[in-house]
Amino acid sequence: MKKYLSFFKIRFIAGLQYRAAAWAGISTQFAWGGMNILMFRAFYEEGSNLFPMPFDSLSTYIWLQQAFLALFMAWFFDTEIFDSIVSGSIAYELCRPIDIYNMWFTKNTAVRLAKAALRCLPILVFAAVLPSPYGMSLPVSIGAFALFLLSMFLGFMVIVAFSMLVHATAFFTISPKGIRVLATSVIEFFSGGLIPIPFFPQSIQPFIYALPFASMQNTSFLIYTGYLSGVEALKGICLQAVWLFALWCAGKLIFRYALKRVVVQGG
Amino acid sequence: MSLYFKYVGMLLKSQMQYKASFFMTAVGQFLISFTTFLSMVFMFSRFNAVRGFTFSEVLICFSVVLMAFSLTECFFRGFDVFPRLIKSGELDRILLRPRNEMFQVLASDMDFSRIGRLLQAVVMLIYAFITCDINWTGLKIITVSLMILGGVGVFTGLFILYAAFSFFTIEGLEFMNIFTDGSREFGKYPVSVYGEGMLKFYTFVVPIALFQYYPFLYLIGKSENVWYALLPLLGFAFIVPCYAFFRFGLRKYKSTGS
Repeated sequence: MKKYLSFFKIRFIAGLQYRAAAWAGISTQFAWGGMNILMFRAFYEEGSNLFPMPFDSLSTYIWLQQAFLALFMAWFFDTEIFDSIVSGSIAYELCRPIDIYNMWFTKNTAVRLAKAALRCLPILVFAAVLPSPYGMSLPVSIGAFALFLLSMFLGFMVIVAFSMLVHATAFFTISPKGIRVLATSVIEFFSGGLIPIPFFPQSIQPFIYALPFASMQNTSFLIYTGYLSGVEALKGICLQAVWLFALWCAGKLIFRYALKRVVVQGG
Repeated sequence: MSLYFKYVGMLLKSQMQYKASFFMTAVGQFLISFTTFLSMVFMFSRFNAVRGFTFSEVLICFSVVLMAFSLTECFFRGFDVFPRLIKSGELDRILLRPRNEMFQVLASDMDFSRIGRLLQAVVMLIYAFITCDINWTGLKIITVSLMILGGVGVFTGLFILYAAFSFFTIEGLEFMNIFTDGSREFGKYPVSVYGEGMLKFYTFVVPIALFQYYPFLYLIGKSENVWYALLPLLGFAFIVPCYAFFRFGLRKYKSTGS
């Protein structure tokens, strides 16, 4: 455990160094969040009764999404991992007395967490002072906030576990770029990154909610805004735990299988 | 000009060396913009129109912007990767050659896998034209081509601006993405959707509206003002100040020495 903790610390501290990049990211995210809210406003004015959630909940959802983008971003893959597989330097990693899945999992977690730590506060503060329907509102209750934290943690773990599967494809193909792009767009869309899942057509929603992607950012943000509450929220959290367990097991199995027959590329 | 085609042929051949990867990336490009399209379908299945624009009308906007952007990304990618040329000192080599430096930057890189996006834009545009009843006239056909051309002009201008900034910062400026990627992303709706202030911003600061909004109003018959049809040309002129800024940066250029 101690060695993984130090991996985590190294990556986390290294991630905190990129402050200028963080400011650039923050300004981009302000613009992105703002424009998204303006777009939804136009639809809201078209027919507020067709809106699946109150407008201020939607604003809150979007600001949460922007603030914690780094935790849930679909397009972030550790290039170091891909490179180590392609270049063959993974041979060194295999010599170490550590579990390679756990190590990569820890590193990925640390990098995302460091990015989020730098970015979330300015965005949350800014969003909180915006005027009412466009800004961020407080969680509906203290209980909901506690569930939100728990659910966000689970969702964070789910996306890292899922991205481990994508990383694992590098064992089987030399050029994993296509799969990466594919995985990114699928995750983005089905996790509610483009439009929140409540905006999907009613008929396909149950199906979407059952997918692992809905257990990423979606559940926690909907709990915060009060869209999911009580039993529904608990159900969502249970589903997240189930997916986390399943993806983790799948990742472990694939890694064990891949490492048994891994061919180091020399070089 | 024949030199340019030689460059094109060369880059095309080199990218075709990895055929599987090329097609995977092209499919990926297609999928990324396809999910954007799908989310628009979902929004419009709930709401019939937004600010008086129907789904097919909005699709025209989306496909024009997407088409212009992917054409620019394909043929003017040289400016997109320009910071790399500065950082590696590659620019010094370019400056030494007896050819126009803009031309060489332009021809230094192209990305043909953007064809995935382009394809989607073409399909959407055709679909939009079929479902949208436009009173076609000769001028309106010209308007459509001007919109796409003007779009390429504006996006190229933005790319040049992005490249020019890196003369002063060495690194590429990430915040410029708000204007390049952001314009592609938010240009999917007619910019008036975002409100009066944003319309002004996109008219006078980043002139997206010149090729995406005003001629579009004329095209779908929401405005009778013929001048609107010619505004994309003004958008195309956006390249001029961007180019001037690039020249200014080039004069101030000091090699990184590496």
